[in-house]
Amino acid sequence: MRHETIEKRLNVMMVLIVVAISIGGLVELVPLMFSADATEPDENILPYSALRLAGRDVYISEGCYNCHSQMIRPFRSETERYGPYTTAGETVYDRPFQFGSKRTGPDLARVGGRYSDAWQRLHLMDPRALVPESNMPAYKWLAEKMVDPELTTSKMRTLKFLGHPYSDEEIAAAAAAVTGKTEMDALIAYLQELGTNRRNRR
Amino acid sequence: MPAFWHWFITVGTILFTIWCIWLISWSAKQGPHNIADDEVVGHKWDGDLEEWNNPAPRWWLYFYFGTIVWAIGYMIAYPGLGNWDGLLGWSQLGQYEEEMQDAADRYEPIYARFAAMGFAELKQDPDALQLGASLYASYCTTCHGSDARGATGYPNLADKDWLWGGTELAITTSIRQGRNGIMPVLAPALGGDAGVNNMVAYVRSLGGLAEADADAMSAQPMFVALCSACHNADGTGNPLFGAPDLTDEIWLHGSSEAAVHATIVQGRTSLMPAHGELLGENRSKILAAYVASLSAK
Repeated sequence: MRHETIEKRLNVMMVLIVVAISIGGLVELVPLMFSADATEPDENILPYSALRLAGRDVYISEGCYNCHSQMIRPFRSETERYGPYTTAGETVYDRPFQFGSKRTGPDLARVGGRYSDAWQRLHLMDPRALVPESNMPAYKWLAEKMVDPELTTSKMRTLKFLGHPYSDEEIAAAAAAVTGKTEMDALIAYLQELGTNRRNRR
Repeated sequence: MPAFWHWFITVGTILFTIWCIWLISWSAKQGPHNIADDEVVGHKWDGDLEEWNNPAPRWWLYFYFGTIVWAIGYMIAYPGLGNWDGLLGWSQLGQYEEEMQDAADRYEPIYARFAAMGFAELKQDPDALQLGASLYASYCTTCHGSDARGATGYPNLADKDWLWGGTELAITTSIRQGRNGIMPVLAPALGGDAGVNNMVAYVRSLGGLAEADADAMSAQPMFVALCSACHNADGTGNPLFGAPDLTDEIWLHGSSEAAVHATIVQGRTSLMPAHGELLGENRSKILAAYVASLSAK
């Protein structure tokens, strides 16, 4: 057999390439999909409430993950600053997870309750009013854009279909919970919960 | 990890490694002896540039073998093959715990020395203050500023004025349990715009910012009735509620007419988050001593 046998037959080559690059995924990713560590929620981890779910999507649509990670790595330098390291089991209701890969700003995995709501609001409106050396952009428009109650309800239905344990009552109450709320309110509600449902913060 | 997935990973990885060895060995055998000197693959560029059907250089192949040898060594030394723990016994959690233990061995004696010291002593100790400054930089600067002079709505810690008291107990409690200062919305009780404006004038006159004219003084009975519960009848405030002294020159939420107006009409909520769980008892005390030392300067 000579290498032209493969290289000159595109179909054969494509199949073999797919097989070759699948091996890594098969042995590294597939077992995790069946591992309770990665698929079962940790104790006290619940799906996002309606307002927080809307806030999470604001977080994603504004691209917060470009500058903020939500994954505390198991190093002392990280756990001293941010709190306990992140586990797979606390991100099972994140679709997709917001681990991120870059920290222009600090990690936010445990930011909930570290600052007041008023601080978060002012900081989103004008970061330099509170942190003069900050290079974070202001997000003033979030205070004017309203959360869409219908969209939030249908998102919760979709997530329930995917296996999030929302009750019918929660879904029915979702629209009322986000009606009249701005995207700023939703984002702050989301941020203020991050990491707070772990029992210990140290 | 269940046995099935252990073997799935192990067998998959080993078979793939063997396959890589076979592929590279096979490819290495396609040496120059298999190829006629004039064999070209049929591509031609720029008129005379042809691609020859030559095998990969030897060093390139040896490099491939090198990576496979490395991978085998790695799989033996480190956990990777299913439940295999690796000969080195390394684990991510183990490395983290070792790091934490090293830090505990190094820092606990230092903290033990500070734990035995009194508050007044800590305030004078340069090492404790240096540590306190680091803690301050990590936990406090985002609200109170890197110079500790605060911002509108966030108290200045470097002056001698204390909203909730400046004793050891008061500062440590502020740090550990947080504080929640609430100024209620009082406009409805003041009877319309005129009542609010008179109260703004009266409050500002307490601090010497406005003239205590007839309009301002007309709000005094209302001040005693509504505001004195927290701010005292004379406006000097009460650290038990974190109610600011209105007669001094420090204005947490601003001293302009508009700012005082907004405080009365909208109310204010000032939340200092609890840091006891994050800091622990000993570090809270060191930080409190550092904060107290700022106003001694």
